[in-house]
Amino acid sequence: MANDTSEKYHKHSPANIDRNNVVVSLRNIKKAFGSLEVLKGIDLDIFAGENVVVLGRSGSGKSVLIKIIAGLLRPDEGTVQVLGKEIDQLDVHELQELRSKIGFSFQGSALYDGMNVRSNLEFPLVRNKRNLSSQEVQKAIEKVLDDVGLSQTINQMPAELSGGQKKRIGIARTLILQPEIMLYDEPTAGLDPLTSEEINDLINEVQQQYKTSAVIITHDLTCAKSTGDRVVMLSEGRFLREGSFEKVFDTDDPVIKKFYNYNFISDS
Amino acid sequence: MKVFFLRIYDIYQFSLRFWKEVFLPPYEYKEVFNQFYEVGIRSLSIITLTGFITGLVFTKQSRSSLAEFGATSWLPSLMAIALLRALAPLVTALIIAGKVGSNIGAELGSMRVTEQIEAMEVSSTNPFKFLVVSRVLATTFIVPLLAIYMGFVGLLGAFVNVYNNEQTSFTSFFQEAFMRITFLDLFTLVLKSAIYGYTIGMTGCFNGYYADQGTVGVGRAANTAVVVSMFVIFIEEMLIVTLINNYR
Ligand SMILES: Nc1ncnc2c1ncn2[C@@H]1O[C@H](COP(=O)(O)OP(=O)(O)OP(=O)(O)O)[C@@H](O)[C@H]1O
Ligand SMILES: [Mg+2]
Repeated sequence: MANDTSEKYHKHSPANIDRNNVVVSLRNIKKAFGSLEVLKGIDLDIFAGENVVVLGRSGSGKSVLIKIIAGLLRPDEGTVQVLGKEIDQLDVHELQELRSKIGFSFQGSALYDGMNVRSNLEFPLVRNKRNLSSQEVQKAIEKVLDDVGLSQTINQMPAELSGGQKKRIGIARTLILQPEIMLYDEPTAGLDPLTSEEINDLINEVQQQYKTSAVIITHDLTCAKSTGDRVVMLSEGRFLREGSFEKVFDTDDPVIKKFYNYNFISDS
Repeated sequence: MKVFFLRIYDIYQFSLRFWKEVFLPPYEYKEVFNQFYEVGIRSLSIITLTGFITGLVFTKQSRSSLAEFGATSWLPSLMAIALLRALAPLVTALIIAGKVGSNIGAELGSMRVTEQIEAMEVSSTNPFKFLVVSRVLATTFIVPLLAIYMGFVGLLGAFVNVYNNEQTSFTSFFQEAFMRITFLDLFTLVLKSAIYGYTIGMTGCFNGYYADQGTVGVGRAANTAVVVSMFVIFIEEMLIVTLINNYR
């Protein structure tokens, strides 16, 4: 069943994963909004260099989970460790320093729409590295723009960019700080299959070039298959299954089957 | 009712946070400057227009009543008192509430729902300081300046009417106008416009910053910002006038 999607979407180059180095560690994470229990006890370890895909239906709490990792939301229960530091115990400055090592690509790109591409990229850089010369800043901007293949957009406003371009600039804005961990919230949502494939390739390039570990949140199976070294399936606030893409979908579990079939049909 | 008090408590927390963060470094000089420009320069034309018309029309309307007593020579000082004590700060505040308050509500609201505020947070920028503190500072300092400016433009409007009827010269008009204006009047003008400005900035920012999810939330944030700040401004006006009149 897992062979339905074509071979070409498989991850090309195997990742260089260090299984002795856990960069993100979640233990028994619970989160509720009022009476709505979104996460009901999540455990997850992410190893250095690894791309972990979290699959789940819309509303299953994927964004909540990734925001908890970035310290944007607090879990009601459980512990979050990122790069060996427990997020809960950090003061404002330590949290800021940790965050500069985490790149967050938002579901809707979240580009600052009052600023052009250059200022969007400059924003995190000058705020985190205050003693850079303007040439160094310019150079860094040109480098990340080149890495995401959008050098020509430097003076454009976000409103003038396509959805895929926005996603790339959003990713570039996080790469400019040379993050160790990337968090992608639905990187391919709302994009056509070709553009999605380009984003998937970009995610893999980032993993290779910047030596990042990543959490990729998606309901797009092609994205999961082509970017994930490991896949976990989130359902009803818990992880249902985890392992390689093939392993996760090689099951008779009706929930997973339904998710797979629905996705496969809607993709083709 | 419980929701209402919770909301009051939230607003209290929000303003407390403002007073804490406004003095703490790092300071966002550039953004504060941008906002001074946005609020000040971009409101100049509408303030000029309404100020001039207010002065002109008010003088015209008052003229007939004063003429009954043969007291049209009081017009300059009457207009100065009316404009500087009441009209200029109030009209300026209402216009800025409509123009800038709604703008702040919508801008911050859309930044909230499109996750731009969270994006700032993860790039190690304090969004409260960058967005809220700069805007509240701008409205608090700019509204008094605009109110003074409107008072002056309003007097020009009054002068045009007086000049057309009595051929009073420019200098004698302004001499008469300022004869009955005291330091307390000017002090009150600045003080209450600053309070109105603070109110506008705070309400706009609060509603935008905590906008609900979705595009509906953005419209609602802008709308609530205007309605609430206008309402609060009228209440403040009443309180301040009552208070200040004890000192006259
Ligand atoms: N700040 C919040 N306040 C209240 N409820 C929230 C909040 N954030 C998320 N929720 C709720 O938590 C649930 C999970 O939301 P989440 O955004 O994580 O879903 P998702 O899996 O990312 O879905 P999608 O694929 O549509 O982005 C939803 O029912 C949502 O309404
Ligand atoms: Mg989501």
